[in-house]
Amino acid sequence: MAESASPARITATPAAREAIIRLSARRGGPVMFVQSGGCCAGSTPMCYPLGEFLVGDIDVLLGDIEGAPFYIDRRLDEAWHQDQFLLDVAVGEPGGFSLPAGDNLHFVTLSPACATPGTPEGG
Amino acid sequence: MKYVPPGQAGSIVSVEPRYENFIGGKWLAPTHGKYRVDLAPATAGPITEVAESTPEDVELALDAAHAAKDAWGEASATERAQVLNAIADAIEQNAEMLAVTESWENGKPVRETLNADIPLVVDHFRYFAAAARGDENTSTEIDKDLVAYHFREPLGVVGQIIPFNFPLLMAAWKLAPALAAGNCAVIKPASPTPWSILKLMETIEDVLPPGLINVITGPGAEIGKALAANPRIAKVSFTGETVTGRLIMQYAAQNLIPSTTELGGKSPNIFFADVMAHDDDFLDKAVEGLVLFAFNKGEVCTAPSRALIHEDIYDEFMARCLERIGKIRQGNPLDTDTMVGPQVSRQQIEKIESYVDIGRNEGAEVLIGGHRAKVDGDEFADGYFFEPTALKGDNKMRVFQEEIFGPVLAVTTFKDDEDALAIANDTLYGLGAGVWTRDGNRAYKMGRKIKAGRVWTNCYHQYPAGAAFGGYKISGIGRENHRMMLDHYSQTKNLLVSYSTKPLGFF
Repeated sequence: MAESASPARITATPAAREAIIRLSARRGGPVMFVQSGGCCAGSTPMCYPLGEFLVGDIDVLLGDIEGAPFYIDRRLDEAWHQDQFLLDVAVGEPGGFSLPAGDNLHFVTLSPACATPGTPEGG
Repeated sequence: MKYVPPGQAGSIVSVEPRYENFIGGKWLAPTHGKYRVDLAPATAGPITEVAESTPEDVELALDAAHAAKDAWGEASATERAQVLNAIADAIEQNAEMLAVTESWENGKPVRETLNADIPLVVDHFRYFAAAARGDENTSTEIDKDLVAYHFREPLGVVGQIIPFNFPLLMAAWKLAPALAAGNCAVIKPASPTPWSILKLMETIEDVLPPGLINVITGPGAEIGKALAANPRIAKVSFTGETVTGRLIMQYAAQNLIPSTTELGGKSPNIFFADVMAHDDDFLDKAVEGLVLFAFNKGEVCTAPSRALIHEDIYDEFMARCLERIGKIRQGNPLDTDTMVGPQVSRQQIEKIESYVDIGRNEGAEVLIGGHRAKVDGDEFADGYFFEPTALKGDNKMRVFQEEIFGPVLAVTTFKDDEDALAIANDTLYGLGAGVWTRDGNRAYKMGRKIKAGRVWTNCYHQYPAGAAFGGYKISGIGRENHRMMLDHYSQTKNLLVSYSTKPLGFF
């Protein structure tokens, strides 16, 4: 199974935390995140019902946000060499099969160093 | 010339206020009666409404496909080819209308849809019509009395999920081989581009037997799994990003069905020193070959997003490229002079912006661009335009490793062939690559050593039917765009027939 990062390498904005709490309540169950890479909706985190995505030895657990574990493929993690990830929400529908972060909202991951510009609605 | 936007007076594209799913040859309202607005990225304004389908609609589409599959599966190659050719003819007769439709919905410049996307769609159906007709089963004489016959049989009903970057060409890449091999399809377009394929269905519905192609629109979270994990599909094929690709394969594993995945890239485009040996057409072509990173505003899985330039020619070659990039005309996608249109969505342009920031923070040098673009016309003030951008840096930087899916080029230099190859292969992906040199031996050797499914040699971004396309490494599994796709969409039936009357003698 995936190793847990200690201390957690994922943090979240208040907007992202609220979105996870609302989403879990509405669905009646917890959710999980998997960081994606490549192509159209790549480089965004995918949000699924907890357990929907089969996590393997290749995946690294970056931490938990409001009970939602956040994973990344070890190969992506090594290529990106990004120590800290910040989970946020942004306007627009999610890509792939990801659950939305709310009405016309999707989750995004930011590099905390670059988190301020360009996403004024990002909590 | 400038085409009038769809829906406005004088446009060659008619727009209904609302589009239903296309199921069993009919336009069916979504079960729950919900719709969502489809936006034009050039203006951020609405085009129309499309169905926001639910799993019930997926089942209806599968019902229709299953109802059609036996008759279509038994249709002769001649009959299948006739349908595929009729589809191609109908598209060709409406090529300009479909080109404007796709341009307006996706944001890609109409010069590309007129000259690349739609003609390639037409040709793709014709290619697979020919492949179906030319296909032969085999028989092998195992010994004088034992013969192995091999027949191709359709899988049945297949599920297909396509991306937003080539809404019609990706549909053609998936639909044409599936139909040619005798299957029926349920296809889900990407959420940002659901309308183009519905206009395509309007165009071909009169020549398409009901149930062969069924189109359902809606959010991936609602209907993506309902289709991909459905036990009533015999194969799933997907183009998109890696995590959804893994999920698709996970569902396929659970149902024990085959899958095809095409999952993005970070393709190197390598320019050897001899491209500058003469100031001629070839050099001009190589410069254009670098600038092709901005083709389709960089929203291409095989975008040549990493330029590797020999250090001896870097200054002069890059100066020519930057001059060419500086001349890119950006704006209204329906203007035939426009070279780069808007990104497909707000989500995409925000992601691109954040990557350019990441590049800057990592120490990459912005050679050109780097910001949202202001384009002519008040109506485009809210459009998702981003300047063609070149960042100089090191291959270990994130902007060299992550697929940005925008008009952002990462540029670096190399010392020799070995160095070029090491940098080219220092990536998780392996979808495409480009090699530019006047030395045929070098081109061949590099092309064979690069770990990518497609190595363009002295060209780039050509996608002719008949040239297999697909990924190495994490860029996916399987191929498209070639008659080998008939195998991907078929079962193999072997009849092993004995013509001997003698018993084996074991019992």
